[in-house]
Amino acid sequence: MYDVAVIGAGVTGGLIARKLTSYKLNICILEAENDVGCGASSANSAIVHAGFDAKPGTLKARFNVEGSRMMERVCAELGVKYKRNGSLVIGFSEEDRKTLGELLERGRKNGVEGLYIAGGDEVRALEPELSGDVTCALVAPTGAIICPYELAVSAAGNAMDNGAELMLNFRVSSVTVTPDGFSVGAEDGRRVAARRVINCAGVYADRVAATCGDDSFRIRPRRGEYMLLDKSAGGMCSHTVFRTPTAMGKGILITPTVDGNLLLGPTSEDIDDKDDLSVTRGGLERIAEQVKREMPRVDTGAVITSFCGLRAVGNTGDFIINEPLRGFVNVAAIESPGLTSSPAIAEYVAEILENSGLKMENNGKYDPEHRPLHWFRELGDSEKNEVIARDPSYGRVVCRCEGVTEGEILYAISQNPRPSDLDGVKRRTRAQMGRCQGGFCSPYIVKILSDRLGIPFEAVTKSGGGSYINVGRTK
Amino acid sequence: MAERVFEYDLAVIGGGPAGMSAACAAYENGVKSVVIIEREDALGGILKQCIHCGFGLELFGEELTGPEFAGRLAAKVREYGIDCMLSSMVLAVDRSLNVTATSAANGIFTVRAKAVILAMGCRERPRGALNTPGTRPSGIFTAGTAQRYVNIDGYMPGKKVVILGSGDIGLIMARRMTLEGAKVEAVCEVMPYSGGLARNIEQCLNDFGIPLLLSHTVTEIRGRERLEGVTIARVEAGADGVRRPVAGSERFIACDTLLLSVGLIPENELTVNCGIGLCPATKGAAVSQDRETEVPGIYACGNVLHVHDLADFAAVEAALAGRAAAGRIKGLRGGGCGSGGGSASDGGCASDGVRGCGGVCAGDNAGEEFRAVFETDGQVRYTVPQRLTRRCDVKVYFRVSGIFERVSLEVRATSVGRGDENNLIFTKKYIKLTPGTMQTVTLTSEMLEKCDSGAVIRFSLVPQRRDDK
Repeated sequence: MYDVAVIGAGVTGGLIARKLTSYKLNICILEAENDVGCGASSANSAIVHAGFDAKPGTLKARFNVEGSRMMERVCAELGVKYKRNGSLVIGFSEEDRKTLGELLERGRKNGVEGLYIAGGDEVRALEPELSGDVTCALVAPTGAIICPYELAVSAAGNAMDNGAELMLNFRVSSVTVTPDGFSVGAEDGRRVAARRVINCAGVYADRVAATCGDDSFRIRPRRGEYMLLDKSAGGMCSHTVFRTPTAMGKGILITPTVDGNLLLGPTSEDIDDKDDLSVTRGGLERIAEQVKREMPRVDTGAVITSFCGLRAVGNTGDFIINEPLRGFVNVAAIESPGLTSSPAIAEYVAEILENSGLKMENNGKYDPEHRPLHWFRELGDSEKNEVIARDPSYGRVVCRCEGVTEGEILYAISQNPRPSDLDGVKRRTRAQMGRCQGGFCSPYIVKILSDRLGIPFEAVTKSGGGSYINVGRTK
Repeated sequence: MAERVFEYDLAVIGGGPAGMSAACAAYENGVKSVVIIEREDALGGILKQCIHCGFGLELFGEELTGPEFAGRLAAKVREYGIDCMLSSMVLAVDRSLNVTATSAANGIFTVRAKAVILAMGCRERPRGALNTPGTRPSGIFTAGTAQRYVNIDGYMPGKKVVILGSGDIGLIMARRMTLEGAKVEAVCEVMPYSGGLARNIEQCLNDFGIPLLLSHTVTEIRGRERLEGVTIARVEAGADGVRRPVAGSERFIACDTLLLSVGLIPENELTVNCGIGLCPATKGAAVSQDRETEVPGIYACGNVLHVHDLADFAAVEAALAGRAAAGRIKGLRGGGCGSGGGSASDGGCASDGVRGCGGVCAGDNAGEEFRAVFETDGQVRYTVPQRLTRRCDVKVYFRVSGIFERVSLEVRATSVGRGDENNLIFTKKYIKLTPGTMQTVTLTSEMLEKCDSGAVIRFSLVPQRRDDK
């Protein structure tokens, strides 16, 4: 019997589980996929929003500003890349300038620090590649960028290091009330008993809630397509550049990533299929068109990959964080600014649990620190040489594009939560994430996974399930 | 921990056919202190997985497989006692000819050299660069990755295959997968012609009844976990010349594997990080007739310079770079830069010497200053070399941008400060030119005598006159 079962190992679920491991509680994390952070956590804009966007008084506004203040420390503890690069909301007209004034006002009400409006030349001094047509911008110095899948991996890993258990491929099919709490069932027949259940199931959160009788909300996925450009384009801008929002939404942003690439997107399209992660010709063309208007010299031909994320949009317009029946907590509709809000949401959920009568006593041995997955690449050359002298695998480069060594891959495989497929290694090490997209290194990584996991070469998958790479031996 | 430093006259980056050929040529021209730095654990580069035959006709006069061809060159490397640092990944090359690399054996180390030859080869364009709509399941491979799985690892990546792009590796893999029991449904080529060799279309597709669908592309990728199928469509050029899928021509093909053979990109990250600009058409460095880049002492050859049709041609070109690098090193040694020998430890001398003697150290008509650059008309897409630093017989490689029939190549020199601005120095008739076949012409030193220093030498295609035979 667990004290708490957290359904969903995205950024939110992972940070909640981590927070709960600081108490004398037995925690388990139930994840539907073959790895943590596979949903919206690995396909989003990777932005820490300053907090001028959300309507004052909403949960979004509250947790955005709180989360934005907490994120730098959380990233430092978890060894996650974080960079306070500031963000700009650019405008092209007087009407845009009016909207920016409203955003400024809203931001101040929400408690965002340092906001101001700059003129066209002033903003081009900040970002020289911006179009000459830009006439004004809202400058938000507290905006930042992070690596979201690294946050998901490290949050779950830190939770596990502090005692939480992770069950993968656990697709929740039912949550039923029992005399001491809940019984959570999976499609494959596994069952987990827990006193409390936290529903962080992303786009599936409404279905999970409905299995225990809560049909008070719906989640409709909002598709967002992105293009990731080569590092050669990464220097085009240093701030995160948003377009002045219109009735059609926040529009497409241009942002550097913490790893030095340039990210463009997202499109925005409400759909019904909770699994539709396809990119479309129209979507990619829209991104290219809009970016051309904002920053004409960005070369979308330098794209190395395009991808699609599904934002979990609820029908209330706000985050849905509530306790519809005692001990069952929804943490649903965590769409933008969900990533930013996640550390603050974790604190809030702990309060909800305490109020629900769960005994929350600090266990005194909780360690919030997590060694960065990328520790080796942060070292200077002479320190690297000391590591290589001790462990020569750190001298063997496997992924030539991103310069990832065998040692780094073996390290990632040895750490909680252990990856068991190619995408898992990619999220942790950046191997296969460069310009050749795994063309050269994926066969080597398949071999490493096969050796380390003790499974046949052809049993290694891209992302679990039926995503096999090879069908069997040659003749 | 202190870095290890190694001193060599010549450092060759890459141990594929070009790197090995360049190293051997330098050795044969009197430079014995040579090291090949290779990222994999064996010499040979991509040839290790090219188990088909068709190699060696140019270089060795007999037909060999890729591993045999590589083996011949590797045997020479061994015979000459050329040092090979294997499983060693070069991280950076700087303008003072220091090469930084890493390996399990040496950690992060430096090789100081008097000349560096870049021979890193190329990589395949991946799916991401195509922006093909659809999902991202497993089962999509570049043809070369699939070739590695089949020929090196001994595993089959799939059973029912569609191939996008008719580059040579794609054609070779169509045959290879068929021989291993897979069904290759079609090879789709977006252009109205194939970029692959005619012999490969015959021997890899036609002999096995595999359809080559010209002017076709993949418009959608389907499948959640593993690829379930692709939609293909005919493409036509619109009024703006852009080739787009034709509505209504879509057809779904169920398959578990999509192989991509959609272009090779020279792997020039080291080059760019060294501050050497790339030629937009070749995506390789711009070089002189000696394959010397804009940085004196750094040479480039093989597929990192421009993508060749055959490994033989890459090896032949690389030998040029090797000979020129040897000339430079001997020039430094001969005291051309005033250092009386240029000891290996004196890096300052080496770089001073380069500036002092320029290309003339390695040249054959020292004393007379000559510079010229090549220019193309767009129909001729590029030339290699891109410039000349002396008058000598020079073999110019060029590639065209489309299919051209009954055309003449004209080479004209536009000299500075001279009246006859369209001085025709060379012309040649062609029945047919295609982008898939590299062409060569030789400009002799007599022809170049007609050019002043500073000349722009322009390559263009013109229609043949009717009365031409």
